[in-house]
Amino acid sequence: MGLDIRWPIGLLFSLVGVLLVGYGAVTGSDAELYRRSLDININLIWGAVLLVFGAFMLVLAWRASRQPAEQPVVDKK
Amino acid sequence: MQDVQLGFIDYAILAIYVIFVIGIGFALKRYMKSSSDFLTSGRSIPAWVTGLAFISANLGALELVGMTASGAKYGIATSHFYWVGAIPAMIFLAVFMMPFYYGSKARSVPEYLKLRFDERTRCLNSVSFAVMTLFASGISMNALAKLLNQLLGWNYDISLWICSAVVLVYVLKGGLTSAIYTEVLQFFMIVLGFAPVVYLGLRDVGGWNTLTHKLAQVAQQPASLGLTGDTGKVFNADAWSSAWKPLLAGPASNPMGVDWFAMLFGLGFVLSFGYWCTNFLVVQRAMAARNMSAARRTPLIAAVPKMIFPVLVILPGMIAAALAITAKDGYRLPPKTLDSAIYAKAIPALKEAATKDLSGAAAAQLVSDAAGVKMLPDKIDALLKAAPTLNEKELKHGLQNAVAENNYDGVILSLVQRYCPSGLLGLALTGLLASFMSGMAGNVTAFNTVWTYDLYQAYIARNRSDAHYMWMGRCITVVGILLSIVCAYLVSHWSNAMDIIQLVFGFVNAPLFATFLLGMFWARTTGTGAFLGLLGGTLTSALFHSLTSAAGNALGIKGGYLWSLMGVKLTDVPHRLIFPSDMAQNFWLASFAFTVCFVLTLVISLATRRTKTDEELKGLVYSLTPKLKDGEQAWYLRPAVLGVVLLACCVVLNLIFW
Repeated sequence: MGLDIRWPIGLLFSLVGVLLVGYGAVTGSDAELYRRSLDININLIWGAVLLVFGAFMLVLAWRASRQPAEQPVVDKK
Repeated sequence: MQDVQLGFIDYAILAIYVIFVIGIGFALKRYMKSSSDFLTSGRSIPAWVTGLAFISANLGALELVGMTASGAKYGIATSHFYWVGAIPAMIFLAVFMMPFYYGSKARSVPEYLKLRFDERTRCLNSVSFAVMTLFASGISMNALAKLLNQLLGWNYDISLWICSAVVLVYVLKGGLTSAIYTEVLQFFMIVLGFAPVVYLGLRDVGGWNTLTHKLAQVAQQPASLGLTGDTGKVFNADAWSSAWKPLLAGPASNPMGVDWFAMLFGLGFVLSFGYWCTNFLVVQRAMAARNMSAARRTPLIAAVPKMIFPVLVILPGMIAAALAITAKDGYRLPPKTLDSAIYAKAIPALKEAATKDLSGAAAAQLVSDAAGVKMLPDKIDALLKAAPTLNEKELKHGLQNAVAENNYDGVILSLVQRYCPSGLLGLALTGLLASFMSGMAGNVTAFNTVWTYDLYQAYIARNRSDAHYMWMGRCITVVGILLSIVCAYLVSHWSNAMDIIQLVFGFVNAPLFATFLLGMFWARTTGTGAFLGLLGGTLTSALFHSLTSAAGNALGIKGGYLWSLMGVKLTDVPHRLIFPSDMAQNFWLASFAFTVCFVLTLVISLATRRTKTDEELKGLVYSLTPKLKDGEQAWYLRPAVLGVVLLACCVVLNLIFW
């Protein structure tokens, strides 16, 4: 299919990652909020993980798009 | 269930996800040129994508919720559904069965049956499958709307219709490809949304060793958590933390109440192979792969995450049981939710108890009888003392807290609520929402293919143009979603509906694998044999169910209704027909149905004449099909090699948690 699924995955998780990192950075001093997550700023940490994952997917999609179109793989009979 | 307050950030994550899935639908729209693009993805998708979609179509929210519930109820033995059930079946599908599904050019599982046998088997299978997918999608959407209603206070009807509309838009635009792509998206959403919850839970409990130590306490006093009804019941210390030892010690020594034979044959062979190898919902994903080797690798790629999933879905249940046994920070397994009808009965009963000056057990008994759920005496006692000063809302809250029976399906949400601050909460809830919606999308895409190719094209309108079938595919997608909504309302208004549907699923699914096994590997199997065998197997499951029951259940819809119709009392039913648990009953039912279907098909096939020649069966039956040459692929890509490696990993996992 024409659309490489890695683009939407990469974009979605980068975007959500940025949101969570931003939110985690802004609310970092709010001890009350993070008591739930055992005093860990889980938004900041997990947001960063999502961002790395999203960026990784984007890199893969970008590399694939720069290569000449893959030869269609056909069953050899 | 406690209300959850979503912050701006949580809504933002939810909104981004919805925009993305709809966006994917629109982006794929221009590639939908023929009915096969729409209904079978034109067989063009890479293996890693179909592999993740394969696993994701099964990892619906119901699986997530249900397996966590079982993790709390039965501990690590729940992993048998993965390491005994799913993995071997997925490997079998990849190595042995996929060549026939993909190679025969059938567009669906029922169509394979038609090519191999005749129209009768296809018709039986496609009609029962179509009905099942509609109900499965209805059940999924009902659960979603109920969740949004209870958790966030959204209106049930609006939630149901809006979520269905989102699914409709992206399936209508992008067809099966759209469903597969969003399933992959949902896969990552679920994994990345729930991993931190599990991590925080494990950290909170104090690590794996403390967890097993606490689970030993659970095994010593399961009744204190309401895990068994029998207050004197004590299990061995490893009942929740070992997978095999309690099982081998017999049904009385494990919380599942299952013997090893029923587990291995009933679950591991009949039910699992029946589901993974014949259910078009999952097989369709592999059939959308771009070539034969991608199709065969699909279940193998899927097996890798499937093997690790117990960490994500069973471990949280075990964590919940461990937290509850020491009531860490006041944690308890979520109680059954009371609705306004129950409050209307329970509150007067509470007032009556107050006027009669009852206390403790007597008062709890009175309220329990009125409400129809067991209550905790000490909580009722405290509530009675405080009652005069409480307003209605606080009274309801107190009653809810006093409920003794557990709502195991709420376990995963109770952990999300406990550990997720705003932000992570949005991610986890979006993951859950995504999996409910993709559950609907998956079922609807399987339904529209079976309807269009196996019912409409086969029996109603043959030899029309492809554009006509494409048009039909789109129409039936809309109809399928509307019918799913009808099913959702049916299930929500009539609580028995759910039990009956799941029962019928079991009847239909249990014998199916015998038909495929004989059909694919024995050229002598005839159409008449297959059809009558399948029918006989299904009737056997219905008969078996009507004659047997499980300990603790009344005769009736959960089994044994034939006895109650004949006026026989539970105590007079032959003892060996009462199984130690529902699960044992279910596994034995499957074993019987499979055996009957197998023997019937065998015998009738021998007695009837073959209607298909060897030439017609080429590509459909193992012995008549030229062997695939895997030699041209790199050795590490060959399905048989991958299968053996995965099987070995699976054995190792079983040994580690023996």
